[in-house]
Amino acid sequence: MNNPAGAEGNDKPLLALRHINMTFGGVKALKDVSFEVRPGEVHCLAGENGSGKSTLIKIITGVYRPETGAEITYDGQAYSHMSPVTAQASGIKVIWQDLALFPEMSVAENIAFETMVGGWPRLVNYGRMRNIATDALARLGVSLDVDLPLKSYAIAQRQIVAIARALVGEARVVFMDEPTASLTQSETDYLLDIVRNLSASGVAVVFVSHRLAEVLEISSRITVLRDGALVGVYPADGMTQSRITELMTGKTFDQQVRAKPKQDRPVVLELEGLTRRGQFEDVSLTVRSGETLGITGLLGAGRTELALSLFGMLHPTAGRMALDGRPISFSSNREAIAAGIAYLSEDRLSLGLVQPQSIADNLVIASLRKIIAGGLISEDRKRSLVKHWIAELGVKIGLQDDAISTLSGGNQQRVAIAKWLATDPKLLILDAPTVGVDVGARAGIFDIVARLAETGLAIILISDEVPEVYFNADRVLHMKKGRIVGEYDPRQASLAEIEEAVYA
Amino acid sequence: MSKLFERLKDLAGPEMAGPSMAFVAVMLIFGIASPQFISAATFGSVAFQLPELGLLTLAMLLPILTGGLNLAITFTANIAGLTLAWVLQSYGGADAGVGALILGVVLALAVGAASGVVMGLVIAFTRAHPILVSLSMMIFLRGLGEFLTRGGDISGFPDFIRPLGHGSLLGIPVPLIVFVLCVLAWHVLLTRTKLGFNTTMIGSNIEAVRYSGINTRKVIVWVYALSGLMCSVAGIIMLARFNSVRVGHGESYLLITVLACFLGGVNPFGGFGRVIPVFVALIVLQLLSSGLNLLGANQHLATAVWGILLVGIMILRWMAGHFKILKNRR
Repeated sequence: MNNPAGAEGNDKPLLALRHINMTFGGVKALKDVSFEVRPGEVHCLAGENGSGKSTLIKIITGVYRPETGAEITYDGQAYSHMSPVTAQASGIKVIWQDLALFPEMSVAENIAFETMVGGWPRLVNYGRMRNIATDALARLGVSLDVDLPLKSYAIAQRQIVAIARALVGEARVVFMDEPTASLTQSETDYLLDIVRNLSASGVAVVFVSHRLAEVLEISSRITVLRDGALVGVYPADGMTQSRITELMTGKTFDQQVRAKPKQDRPVVLELEGLTRRGQFEDVSLTVRSGETLGITGLLGAGRTELALSLFGMLHPTAGRMALDGRPISFSSNREAIAAGIAYLSEDRLSLGLVQPQSIADNLVIASLRKIIAGGLISEDRKRSLVKHWIAELGVKIGLQDDAISTLSGGNQQRVAIAKWLATDPKLLILDAPTVGVDVGARAGIFDIVARLAETGLAIILISDEVPEVYFNADRVLHMKKGRIVGEYDPRQASLAEIEEAVYA
Repeated sequence: MSKLFERLKDLAGPEMAGPSMAFVAVMLIFGIASPQFISAATFGSVAFQLPELGLLTLAMLLPILTGGLNLAITFTANIAGLTLAWVLQSYGGADAGVGALILGVVLALAVGAASGVVMGLVIAFTRAHPILVSLSMMIFLRGLGEFLTRGGDISGFPDFIRPLGHGSLLGIPVPLIVFVLCVLAWHVLLTRTKLGFNTTMIGSNIEAVRYSGINTRKVIVWVYALSGLMCSVAGIIMLARFNSVRVGHGESYLLITVLACFLGGVNPFGGFGRVIPVFVALIVLQLLSSGLNLLGANQHLATAVWGILLVGIMILRWMAGHFKILKNRR
């Protein structure tokens, strides 16, 4: 689906960069990169983490100064580099991923804040602020109560507020850095509509996103960067997700359905009518040894609550659970872990790993009993346990004592998986294991999952990205509003069929 | 030899740089300024003064590592001292026997630990901020202590208690021996036990630790219980040193213990810190005040100099961090 909006007939670029080079501490962050944006188009900037997307945006907005030889043309004028003031004043706006908003302040204050700074007299004109805010929101075709504090709105509306703030004054190019990262599907659709409106009103939008489906849906052209170099500029028409992935990573992924029949294996987990009022209802399922059961559905479908109930951190109000044929009920996750259930959290940053602490400590935290000798922690046992798992899962690390936060998303996730494998689980629940993991590194994670299944581990794979469960699970369950509404065998169903059911 | 050095470095960790530099600086400056500084007398006075502040600092260290604080340490020490004094008095005061001392010490330790357990339970279950909880406990203990003693001193203890505060064993002051043993115990606790491991992990992110299957409430209760227990040790040593107990004794140490922790490289937000650098930091503080004392400076001035030292260390640390970043960038 291509975006018909935007002035595609106008080929004269609004913004053009050539010969952009940038070096940080001996590492070339950008190598002779070119980039151009046409007026009113929706342009996607694609690339893995570290490919130079953010550096490029920072050069365009004047945060960094490119090395000599750079040519920047904006609106017919040539520059050797931008400055934040010129960029801002001439209509180049950025909405960073963290939004940089003030939750306690009103919507109006958030939107009109910048126009209120530095003026004279140093008084706040609330009436004018309200007008500016209402106008900006109206341009987006949105109406919000501008007097309410921002925190009373959901994240999607806050995103709108951030966009509205960028539109105050003149905006001609708006950069959006991962705008949909924390949005649900319907919120994303809403945001994409706003982007279309913007584009139709002549504002160019540069969209940075990991989610390739929406990239293809919204943009007219795609610029792909890899390792700081330009791979190429492609029209979105005729592009596929797997083609973009190949361009971004430089590798070909022939994604094949991994599903195999596992009906003859012994049942590890069995749920019957499991219910937690208000969150999920009447969930019955089985997972067999060596089987990967995929659970997909939109955010808020009750997937994580179901997983936390298996992990003993939430308590079901009705129904029955059995592990290896024995009924189970846990009062805490300690009991679940002892019984052989492990849960990899969807929120690696704040729940999955203790970010500031070392790789080694994060890896052993759930299996401390294994490294204790004579009542005390044995440093030798700890080192060898860590070494074993680092090698087993192919984690790339410097020192065992480095902070886990220094690792890439993919390597962090491997450590998180290792932490649970060290507890000798029978059932491993992976909740959104590829969140914040580069496209190229995702395949590595799923290779590990497949290998673990071969050893007889029962795995529940939860993801809101249907292709992930489709290609990597043996069976796929569709969860909607707390109920299981469909079961698919990837060898028989098509991806489109499941996506249709889930995203419709 | 180099292996031994590595081992020593490992024992102390990277936090050691600040305190050891401060140590060298203090030794140099006072060694030059006053010829009597590097003498047995100086070290004698340091050795006898160090333990009180030191034991209270150890009591403060564990809660700080979890990202909390225990503001009740000095009054917990007082109440523990009172408990011991009460037992001794009821067994005849100056005529009390060794049995009474043992009973008193056990009860004193129990009282300190109990105060910690109460704080730990409240913090763990209500998730109230440790500052508020320990502040409440501090006010409660102070009021209780002043009520029981009517604001006065309690004295008149048997003579055999004196060596606990003033005696020496093989030339080493007894309070110092007690303190060093406690330092070692804390060092082992933090580096080699499950509780110590979980204490520092909790300081960085308690929710992530809970998701890893650790009973975080139990850890918090233990941390405050051990903190209270260490306060009792301090209270008992203080009783023996002053040969009396008064509520409010050592009150001025409260904030100094926090600063000693930071001087020793403990992260004020929790999660990181080691015992040995804190131990060295304490020695530096004590040497500084003894040195100034020797130069004839007012004791209040010494406190002011502690403040300057700490601010200086913060600035140096910032500069060191800055320098590292610049170096990495190149």
